Amino acid sequence: MTALAPAATDAPATRARPRVRAPWVLIAVAAVLVLVSIVRLITDANDITSSGTAGAALRLAVPIGMAGLGGLWAERAGVVNIGLEGQLILGTWFGAWGAYEFGAWWGVLAGIAGGALGGLVHAIATVTFGVDHIVSGVALNILGGGVTRFLSALIFTDTPGGGVTQSPSLPRIATVTAPGSGALRTLEEKHWFVVSDIAGLLGGVITQVSLLTIVAVVLVPVSYFLLWRTKFGLRLRACGEAPGAAESLGVNVYKMKYLAVIISGGFAGLGGAFLSEVATNIYREGQTNGRGYIGLAAMIFGNWRPGGLAVGSAIFGYTDALQLRSGGESMHALLLLLAIVLALLGAWSLWRRRRLQGIASLVVAAGALVWYLGSDTVPDEFVGFAPHITTLLVLALAAQRLRPPAADGKPYRRGEAG
Amino acid sequence: MRRFDLQRIALGLAAPVLALIVALLLSSIALQISGNPPLHAFKSMLDYGTDSGTIVQTLNKSTTYYLSALAVAIGFRMNLFNIGVDGQYQIAAFAAAVVGGWLITPGPITMIIVVLVAIVVGAFWAGIAAVLKATRGVSEVISTIMLNVIGGGIVAYLLDPKRLGTIIGSQQVSTRPMKADAYLPGIPLPGGDVYGFVVVAALAGLGYWVLLGRTRFGFDLRATGLSETAAVASGVQVKRMVVRTMLLSGAVAGLVGMPLLLGGSHAYASDFPTGYGFSGIAIALLGRNHPIGIAIGALLWSFLEQSAQILDLEGVPKEIVTIMQGVTVLSVVVAYELVRRFSLVQEQRRVGAELRAAAAAGEGSPA
Repeated sequence: MTALAPAATDAPATRARPRVRAPWVLIAVAAVLVLVSIVRLITDANDITSSGTAGAALRLAVPIGMAGLGGLWAERAGVVNIGLEGQLILGTWFGAWGAYEFGAWWGVLAGIAGGALGGLVHAIATVTFGVDHIVSGVALNILGGGVTRFLSALIFTDTPGGGVTQSPSLPRIATVTAPGSGALRTLEEKHWFVVSDIAGLLGGVITQVSLLTIVAVVLVPVSYFLLWRTKFGLRLRACGEAPGAAESLGVNVYKMKYLAVIISGGFAGLGGAFLSEVATNIYREGQTNGRGYIGLAAMIFGNWRPGGLAVGSAIFGYTDALQLRSGGESMHALLLLLAIVLALLGAWSLWRRRRLQGIASLVVAAGALVWYLGSDTVPDEFVGFAPHITTLLVLALAAQRLRPPAADGKPYRRGEAG
Repeated sequence: MRRFDLQRIALGLAAPVLALIVALLLSSIALQISGNPPLHAFKSMLDYGTDSGTIVQTLNKSTTYYLSALAVAIGFRMNLFNIGVDGQYQIAAFAAAVVGGWLITPGPITMIIVVLVAIVVGAFWAGIAAVLKATRGVSEVISTIMLNVIGGGIVAYLLDPKRLGTIIGSQQVSTRPMKADAYLPGIPLPGGDVYGFVVVAALAGLGYWVLLGRTRFGFDLRATGLSETAAVASGVQVKRMVVRTMLLSGAVAGLVGMPLLLGGSHAYASDFPTGYGFSGIAIALLGRNHPIGIAIGALLWSFLEQSAQILDLEGVPKEIVTIMQGVTVLSVVVAYELVRRFSLVQEQRRVGAELRAAAAAGEGSPA
């Protein structure tokens, strides 16, 4: 089963991508900042770099990032986990239940446990019984919705403010604010070129940050360290690249895959608990809204690596956040940004003699520009699916340069190494 | 050989039966824990479910589910996961309803045009994912899920009194209703009318069976699903197959909203049901992508849903049915896998025994 693997038939796709170096990353970040700042000055849409937007973006990026990390752990061990959505749902419910019954941090643990339970079911189906990974994941997503609904009907209907589709309001997890937040706020309100943008973005991510957000952010480098810098991680990744070879070296592939998928579910569960406890303060049916899938897309965008995944989550979190912060106006400003970026990309492609790609980019850029000039705002309904359009665009641009683990999603039976 | 075929049929039936038993057992446990005697709940479901009125509703809903599952199954046969049936049928039904509301042609012509619009729009929406996969290598799993949300958003945007919607009744926004002569008559049963579109659904099932089992295209499609490399070696152009299969799947998905649109609602209102695409995935898995298996799965699925309506009156959370459905799907795929492995071992044993017998016969005979 290679449904999630991008087509590797084209010759350039198999070429290894050179490692991105730090100076280039800084230059890229600076260029984006300048561009965004120009757009902000032209359009007067100050919310696109306000501290409010940055804070909301961080809050919304966390569940996506946790789902993405979950996907990373599972797929690095060779199991495609499309059931992340179901595990996220389990996380939201169990997180809310734990928080309501025992307190906020117990809720986090309950959410992780709920998601991990979902991971266990997925592991049993895919590893032990060899069921197709996508099929099992889809079934798990149906099951996740059903179980939480049933449990809500059972437990939340008798609580104050709770019901079949929602929990009572939950205890809060403490937030912290770093020193200097006030000074940044003052700078932000000056609306200066670039300076105020940096102040706004920086201020947003250090003001009233939930402790759970910090935990979640720390988990990204921790995942990197565990997967790429320890023996355990090497063995786990070996199961995703060449399970037969791993087996011949004495790695218990089944055990590794089980562990990876359970951890994967745990991450998704944590993301779910975050969603109900921190992002909204209440469990509500359907509040995951496909974030499990978006997390998976963020992981693919990040080329199955933690750093890239974090960037992907940030992009999705940002587009998600704009809905809450004068969405129509901000999104209208981003149309101009999109037009500029695509125009640059198109010019670059033409220069590199990739004519079709270049023309396609330029056409879309022109379309975005026409839309921008011909309207004052983007309708709310369109703002609502902005993260999803972004996912499609980003994958369409990036998918062919990516390299998933070699044995990702492939069935493996013990003893096949011979 | 005959005995072996009988065994195969028995094994094929064993899996769904096993899965149903597991689902019943697990949901009984859940009911018991929640303090509801399971037998009583099941009995009231059975009583209510076999009521003539409920039977009609069950048949109507399973018509819709059947089409949805067929759309999913077309993709499944080629290892393509069209998770986007949900968005495809919504946007298709919406477009069809808008066109149907405008048309002033005689009834039958209106109906044909409406269905054609639905087919084209459904195929178009699936086609986006197909093109993204064929040209850019974007996984159809992710892209179709994203397209579901985008499709829903576009429909919500257009279904507005300022645009293509009108307000009917109590603040309900809807497309302009179709003329009465474009209502598809139902088939009268004691409990009410069954959607006339059930005939089209049955024909679609027949078409699916013929196309996949009896044509070159179907052979190529299945071959690509079983082994892409083998298909390429025999001259199949995989990218083209991806696009065609996805278009076909989307076209059938476009039909999903038609039983309700032509036979019941006659307009696309803001309460037009969603989520049929996901049920279709589960039903296609239950029915093992076989046209008759899918029909049984669709009937079972909608029977569970319709008969569960009584549970709320009995004070039992009817959400138990969703658990039942989820467990059924999960255990059915596990059971199919177990049965497949069992038959594989049986096959190997049989071949081994025959080879040994042949070898023994060869040694036994004088040189």
